[in-house]
Amino acid sequence: MLAAESVTLAVPGRTLVAGMDFRLAPGDCCAVLGKNGAGKTSLLLALAGLAAPAAGTVRLGDAPIASRPRREVARRIGILLQDETESFWGTTLDYALLGRFAHAPAAFGADPAGEAAARSALAEVDLAAHAAQPYRTLSGGERQRARLAQLIVQAPEAWLLDEPLAHLDLGHQAATMRLAARLAAAGGAVVMALHEPLWAARVCSRAVLLYDSGRFQEGPVQDVLTQSNLERLYGCRLEPAHRDGTPLFLPAS
Amino acid sequence: VLAPRLDALALGTLKARSLGVAVGATQTVAFLAATVATVAAVLVAGSIGFVGLVVPHALRLAGFGDHRRLVPLAALAGGALLTAADTLARSVVAPLEFPVGAITALVGVPVLLALLARSR
Repeated sequence: MLAAESVTLAVPGRTLVAGMDFRLAPGDCCAVLGKNGAGKTSLLLALAGLAAPAAGTVRLGDAPIASRPRREVARRIGILLQDETESFWGTTLDYALLGRFAHAPAAFGADPAGEAAARSALAEVDLAAHAAQPYRTLSGGERQRARLAQLIVQAPEAWLLDEPLAHLDLGHQAATMRLAARLAAAGGAVVMALHEPLWAARVCSRAVLLYDSGRFQEGPVQDVLTQSNLERLYGCRLEPAHRDGTPLFLPAS
Repeated sequence: VLAPRLDALALGTLKARSLGVAVGATQTVAFLAATVATVAAVLVAGSIGFVGLVVPHALRLAGFGDHRRLVPLAALAGGALLTAADTLARSVVAPLEFPVGAITALVGVPVLLALLARSR
């Protein structure tokens, strides 16, 4: 559904990703791992059509994503951003309802279907009790979950999640990862930038590792998430700890 | 028609675009509409300070953040404030006319300061 063709991403003075081919199909769950500044966010923004790559094209279906109207793109691709302007004045329910924009038939009048969708999305991220609370007064973790709820209301085919676990407590981290797995199992496609190889190994089928100076590696998690790859990726020593056949790695003390 | 787009823009241009808002077009239209409305008001009434500055923010604080309600309410509340100020201006020193701008400033400056203090 979404494909990057020989995409190169760069920031002034540095190449982040050089010549990447990447295809996303329904049911995929793909982790993007790398150090701070490795290009995880740039890759997600390029896949969402929000930033043009330095070279190459991103295609949605068979047309370049840049040529599609934003509303159509929004019905098919949703992105959880790492940070957004926090000047929204409405309630948490209003915030979640903004996810309806690409689907809403008219600008005026009530949207009972949208409100029902927003309420059930808030319930899904454990925020049902906060629906009437002003969004500005939510805590960091609650805002993160409200953003997820907005994305659930948007209901795209491809879900691009930039650090979905940021600010979340352990219980909500697990719930969010279960949500990602459910979305992929239901025929969605998920790409998430993570700092936790542990969750990548448990939840994702594929992983992209972004190394320095434009090099990267992509493949099934069991092939890619090896001790030597991860030590090279993060530049630190790791100790293996196996459980249920899933290889886990902890930083060596 | 602009209101839901403006609500989405409160989340920043990137997020608004990802939600399906054509950001550039929305900003152009909103800017033009605001310019036309301002020019019309100034042509009719002359320049009277603080009404446009204070009324929308005061309404936001009062809980009308959603642009679908905020925009028409701001027009009504601004009109009401001006009518009250004008009545005062004509009556306090009758038969002379006190400058309306001075009265709106008298109301507007403290409200603006209060808003600034609250936004910290």
